Amino acid sequence: MATGARAIPRRWQRGHFWRVEVPQQLLKHLGLILVGVLFFFPFAWLVLTSLKSVQEIFLFPPTILPQKVVWSNYAKAVTAIPFLQYFENTMTITIGKIVGSVLSCSLVAYGFSRIEWPGRETVFVLVLATMMLPFQVTMIPLYIIFDRIHWIGTYYPLIIPSWFASAYFVFMLRQFFRTIPTELSEAARIDGCSEPRIYWQIILPLAQPALATLVLFQFMWTWNDFFGPLLYLNDPRNWTLALGLLQFRSSHAVAWEQLMAASTLVTLPSVIIYFFGQKTFIQGITTTGFK
Amino acid sequence: MAVSVFKMSRRVRRNLAWGLLFISPWIIGFLAFLVYPTLASFYYSFTSFSIVQRPEWLGLGNYTKLLLHDDNFVQSLLNTLYMVVLQIPLAIVLSFLSALLLNMKVRGLAIYRTIYFLPSVVPPIAASLLWVWILNPQQGIINDILKLVGLHAPGWFADPYWSKPAVILMGLWGVGGSTVLFLAALQGVPKGLYEAATLDGANWLHQTLNITIPLVSPVTLFMLITGIIDAFQIFTPVYVVNQGTSGAPQGSLLFYTLYLFANAFNYMKMGYASAMAWILFLIIILITIVMLRTSTYWTHYDL
Repeated sequence: MATGARAIPRRWQRGHFWRVEVPQQLLKHLGLILVGVLFFFPFAWLVLTSLKSVQEIFLFPPTILPQKVVWSNYAKAVTAIPFLQYFENTMTITIGKIVGSVLSCSLVAYGFSRIEWPGRETVFVLVLATMMLPFQVTMIPLYIIFDRIHWIGTYYPLIIPSWFASAYFVFMLRQFFRTIPTELSEAARIDGCSEPRIYWQIILPLAQPALATLVLFQFMWTWNDFFGPLLYLNDPRNWTLALGLLQFRSSHAVAWEQLMAASTLVTLPSVIIYFFGQKTFIQGITTTGFK
Repeated sequence: MAVSVFKMSRRVRRNLAWGLLFISPWIIGFLAFLVYPTLASFYYSFTSFSIVQRPEWLGLGNYTKLLLHDDNFVQSLLNTLYMVVLQIPLAIVLSFLSALLLNMKVRGLAIYRTIYFLPSVVPPIAASLLWVWILNPQQGIINDILKLVGLHAPGWFADPYWSKPAVILMGLWGVGGSTVLFLAALQGVPKGLYEAATLDGANWLHQTLNITIPLVSPVTLFMLITGIIDAFQIFTPVYVVNQGTSGAPQGSLLFYTLYLFANAFNYMKMGYASAMAWILFLIIILITIVMLRTSTYWTHYDL
């Protein structure tokens, strides 16, 4: 390093702080805020619309903040559609999928990382390759199978496949399982511990952070899913919140304030989970690349 | 020696048995939900088939009809191409710029990052409905603002020229996920490179062009490939806008997966839809191969 160039750091020169550093910081914040407003505004508009009266949302020029906060939009929204029923249905599917994928994916990931067996890496490449196949290819035969066994209209087509491991989560868990020292398993094996016990009593407890990521992603994807329920749930009693929201638009005059109230409610769990699990979430994205 | 080999092979056999047992959920799922449906769909793609009738062999009939005689199919491809050409570059530039902003050293970055990513967690159905409202030609806030500043207020989802830009706006709102990936790549660039460049007198622009962009190019490649695949799968917003598979106005929102879905489940042309699915699969494979091959010229894994 050329020490000469660093002899007098610029930030120690007199006046540098006020002349250069403060304006620079302000400029940076200005940029961040400007882009932040673009990202945040639609979200804010969702909530703001949900709190305005029918008359106010059609005012021109528009008001930003509600003249009077109309909480009753929420009461109307949850009674205009069977909101609680849809909530229950969505929860049933979400929990069913989370439990299924935690169990199956951790078992499979264990088999791909904690036991040495011939051909393991080759089979794992096959697991990764399945991620290339677009859902559209298998969609029609799957629909026909589920139709033949009378599962269309039930939650089974949505929940059951997740009990047979998904490539994404197996990949993610395997990456994590590989970081757990093999000595732990070896020592347990010498003590006569069987593989299922090592899996259940040693690996699973240590893998909690990875499992938390899985739960978070699975929650978000299932909660937010629209295509799956649209495909399989043709009985309105079994609809999820995502499907239920569409009902607001089927009437001629859309009650936008109610629709936005219902949408806010449907969005809320995802946002809350995101706020609490933000670190886990962002790590999950950066380590696996899926968003 | 013989004993140890015997012992070894017994251990290997035992491990193999356990290994297969542990991965058995995947094996069953792979066969039932992937191998069989893939083969079946390949077979259906050569037949005329609705769920109530048996498949009837057509040979290449579905494929020739799709490629030569189906204007809707061509339109769905063109619409998707429009998105690939416009949305993907915009999304990459926007997420890269946002990541650059989030990579600066200022206070309160966590708050900014939270806000930038927030739209990505909004359920697509809620996001779609929200944008239909925001871009409502008569009462939407965007057109209100445009009218107030005296600009032309487009019909957005009601106008065939503006409907796809509206979908693009909606998509750009959710670039937070890509921003996070770029940000991680930016943070992986060795600081020493910038210090050395500064000593050599390179300014911010030079550094960005010659250090940052080359070093995040693997992420750009990843985003390009997944972006194209995603463009072929756009469904929720265009289904929500028209409350169904019509793709209105004037077929401007008839996207690939929407048309496939309409064929399979509205018109019950499941053989035809299967052929569409296979064409999609081939396109995806082809694009991925081409991108990976050409990427050697412009992606850098180190400087």
